[in-house]
Amino acid sequence: MTATVADAPAAPASSAPIPPKRFGAAITLGVVALLSLVIFGFGSASGASTTFVVARPTDFFAIPSFTLPSQLAAIVFSVIGLALAGWTAYRANQRRKVGLWVPVVYGMAIMGALLTWAGAGRDATSIQLTGLLTSSLFLAVPLVFGALAGTLCERSGIINIAIEGQLLAGAFLAALIASMVGNAYVGLIAAPIAGALVGLVLAIFATKYWVNQIVVGVVLNMLVLGLTNFFFSTVMTENGDLNQPLGMPKLAIPLLSKIPVIGPVLFNQNLLVYILYVVVAVLQIMLFRSRWGLRVRAVGEHPKAADTVGIQVNRTRVRNTVLGGAIAGLGGAFFTVASGLAFGKEMTAGKGYIALAAMILGRWSPRGALAAALLFGFADALRAQLGAIGSPIPSQFLAMFPYIATIFAVAGLVGHARPPASEGIPYKK
Amino acid sequence: MSAETQTPAENPEAPAPEEPRSRQVLREIAESSSMVVFMAIVASMVIGGILVILADEAVRESAAYFFSRPGDTFAAIGDALGAAYSAMFNGAVLNLGADSFAGMIKPFTQTLTLATPLIFAGLGLGIGFRAGLFNIGAQGQLLIGATVGAYLGFAFELPWGIHLLLAVLGCALGGALWGFIPGILKARRGAHEVIVTIMLNYVALHLVAWLLSLEAFQREGSDNPISPIVAETAQYPKILGVQFNLHLGFLLALACAWGAWWLMERSTLGFRLRAVGANPSAARTAGMSIGTATIITMVIAGALAGLAGSAPVLGTQKFLTDAVAGSIGFDAITVALLGRSRPLGIVLAAILFGGLQASGPSLQVNAGLPVDIVVVIQALIVLFIAAPPLVRWMFHLPSPAHEKEVAA
Repeated sequence: MTATVADAPAAPASSAPIPPKRFGAAITLGVVALLSLVIFGFGSASGASTTFVVARPTDFFAIPSFTLPSQLAAIVFSVIGLALAGWTAYRANQRRKVGLWVPVVYGMAIMGALLTWAGAGRDATSIQLTGLLTSSLFLAVPLVFGALAGTLCERSGIINIAIEGQLLAGAFLAALIASMVGNAYVGLIAAPIAGALVGLVLAIFATKYWVNQIVVGVVLNMLVLGLTNFFFSTVMTENGDLNQPLGMPKLAIPLLSKIPVIGPVLFNQNLLVYILYVVVAVLQIMLFRSRWGLRVRAVGEHPKAADTVGIQVNRTRVRNTVLGGAIAGLGGAFFTVASGLAFGKEMTAGKGYIALAAMILGRWSPRGALAAALLFGFADALRAQLGAIGSPIPSQFLAMFPYIATIFAVAGLVGHARPPASEGIPYKK
Repeated sequence: MSAETQTPAENPEAPAPEEPRSRQVLREIAESSSMVVFMAIVASMVIGGILVILADEAVRESAAYFFSRPGDTFAAIGDALGAAYSAMFNGAVLNLGADSFAGMIKPFTQTLTLATPLIFAGLGLGIGFRAGLFNIGAQGQLLIGATVGAYLGFAFELPWGIHLLLAVLGCALGGALWGFIPGILKARRGAHEVIVTIMLNYVALHLVAWLLSLEAFQREGSDNPISPIVAETAQYPKILGVQFNLHLGFLLALACAWGAWWLMERSTLGFRLRAVGANPSAARTAGMSIGTATIITMVIAGALAGLAGSAPVLGTQKFLTDAVAGSIGFDAITVALLGRSRPLGIVLAAILFGGLQASGPSLQVNAGLPVDIVVVIQALIVLFIAAPPLVRWMFHLPSPAHEKEVAA
C-alpha cells in the first residue's frame, strides 16, 4: 500500500492511462455519516444527556466522568464524519488516496455518535469508556494475530483461508501443553507450533501439489475442527487434567499503566498483548522497510520477476506461510491460556474469518490490520456494553458489522482493496 | 463414472496456454482418476482408524506394558478398530443386528436422507466450480432459503400440494437472492466471490438469529429462538412410509441432478457457463458476457443451496433455528470436489458423506467414538483427492502423464 501511494502521482503520467476517479469511498462514507446525523444526531432526544465514565480509582489523577448533551454531541460526531467524507471526495477528485487516519478517525466519530445516542437519557447507567476500550483491545487480539498471519501469507502469494483452523489448533495445543506442564506461559510456546503445522500443510499442498489454495484452506479448517473436537471429546474429556483453565496475570507496566484512559487500556494487559505490539511493529517495519520484505512482496506481486533475480519463490512462500501459521497459532492462545479458559469445542467461532476480513480492510498491511481489527474488536465490545445497558439496536446488527464492512471494501465502495497480484496462483517454473 | 465419457467432449476448449492456473487446478481435480478417488477414501479411513486407536483408552493402557505383553495391545487395537468400522457399517448401510427387514435397511434410508441436502448444495457448488466460481457461500444461501421456506411453511395455511410447492419455491428463491449478491458484486465491481460469500454466510447467520428474535418467527410458549413447526401441508411426504425418514426431497434432489446434467451438458446456457469457466478471455472474444454468466451461475448455485435448506425445514427437522444449516454448506464443498463437479459424481459423493454422517450416532453408541471422527475422514478424503500426485506417491500408482497426452 505504501508503495502505491508513493508511486501514484508520478508513475501514470508517462505511459499508463490516467486512472479513473474513484468516488465510491467518499459516497459510502458520506451516506453513512448522513444516516448517523439523522438517526443518532436528530434521533437523540433533545435535552437528554449521556454520561461517560472515564477514570479508574488507580489513576494518577482522576478525570471526573463527564456528561454531554446527547443531541449536540451526536450531531458534532456525525458532522466530523461528514467532513472526513468531504475530504475523501476532495482527494478522490485529485486521484489521490487518503491516509489511514481518515477511516480510523471516521470510525471513531461514527461510533462516538452511536454511543452518545445509545446512552442518551439513561441516568442510571453510563458508558464505561475505559472498560469499553480495554475489552475492545482484548477482543481484537486474535483478530490482529490472524490478520497478520493472512497478510504475511498473502503478501507472498498464498491465500490463507485456514486462519480459523490455525487459531483453533493454537488454542487447542496451548491448552493441552500448558495443562500438561501446569504453566500457562508454556502454552504460548505450544500455540505457534500448532499453527505452524497447519501452515506447513497449506504451504506444501499449495506449492508442491498446486492444489487450489482456497480448497486447501477450507478443508484444513474442517480438518482442524474435526481433530480438535475429536481429541476434546475423547482424550480431554476422559482425562480432565489435560484441559485446565490456566490464566496469565495482567502485567501492569510501572508508570505507563497509571496514565488515565490510555494506561489501563494499553499498559495493563497480559503478556500476549505485549507480544502483539512487538509483532505488529516488527512486521510493519520488516515488510515495508527491509530487504526481506521487499523480496516477499516481489514474490507475491510478480513471482517470475522475483525468480529471475534469484529469489527462491516457493521457498519464500513456504517460509512465509509457516511463519504466518505460527503467528495465527499464537493468536489462538488468546482463547485458552490468555483468557484463563479451558479448551472448548469450536471455541474460535468464526474469528478466523473476521481476521481475514480485517486483513482485507487493512489493505494487506500490518498497521492496517491492527486498525481494522481494533475497529472490529470495538464493535464486539460495544455489543456487549449495549447489551448491558439495554440497546436500541438489535445486537445481531452490530455483530454483522465486520462482515458488511468487508463486503463494502472488496466491492470497492470503501477505498479500493487490491490484493497482491499473484496470490492464489501456484508458481511453476 | 460419467466424467470419463465427457472428458473428450470438453478437451478441445481446454489447452489454452494463457489459461489461469487456478482453473487448470480445478480441472485437475475434476479429472483425477477413479483409482485416486478410491485410494483417497481408503487412506482416509486408515488414518481415521489410527485416530481411533490413539484415542482408545484400552489401547493406551495396554501400550503402557507393550514390551512385556505386545499381544494385549494388538488385541485392544483390533477391538477398537473392529468396533469402529462395524459401527460405521451398521449405522450407514445395513443394521445386521436388527430383527426386522425394515430395521435392517433403516440405516441406508437414513444415509439417503442425510445425503439429500448435500446433493442439492453440491450440485450448485459444482456448477459454480465449472463456471470458474468459488462459491463458499452455500451455508448462507441455505440459511436464507430455509428461512423463507420455513416462513411460508408455518405462517400460511394453504391446500396440500400448493403449499409444499410454494415453500419449496420459497427456499429456492431465498437462496437465489443470497447468491445474486456476490454474483452482481463480482460482475459489476469485481469483488472476489470467495470473500463476499464467506462474509455473507455470517451476515445470513446473524440475520436469521435476529429474525428468530422477532414475534413473527417465535414459537408460541417458547423462549428459545426457534420457529413454529412447519404446517403438515408444506412438509415433504415420506416416500417409504412413516417408519423411515426418507422424504420426497430426495427424489427432488435426484431430479435436480438430472436437471443440472442437462443444463451443463446439453443446453446452450450450460455451454456458455463452461466456456466462461474454462477460458474467460476466449469466451469474451466469442461474444459471451462474463458478467451475465457470473450472475446466472451464482443465482443457480444459490437456488440449489436454498433447496438444500428445504431438506431440514420441510423434511426432517421441520422448524427453523439458526443452527438449521449445521455444516451442510461446508460439507457440500467437499461433496462437489469429491464428485468432481459432475452431477453423477456429486450424487455418489453425497451418498458417501451422507453415510459417514448417518454412522455418527452408531459410532457414538456402539463404539463410544465422538461424531467428529466423521468430519476428519471427510476432510482427509478431499485433501487427498485434491492432490492426486500425493495419493499416487503413497500407493505407488502410475503417473497418468501418458494418458493425458493421449486424451489431449
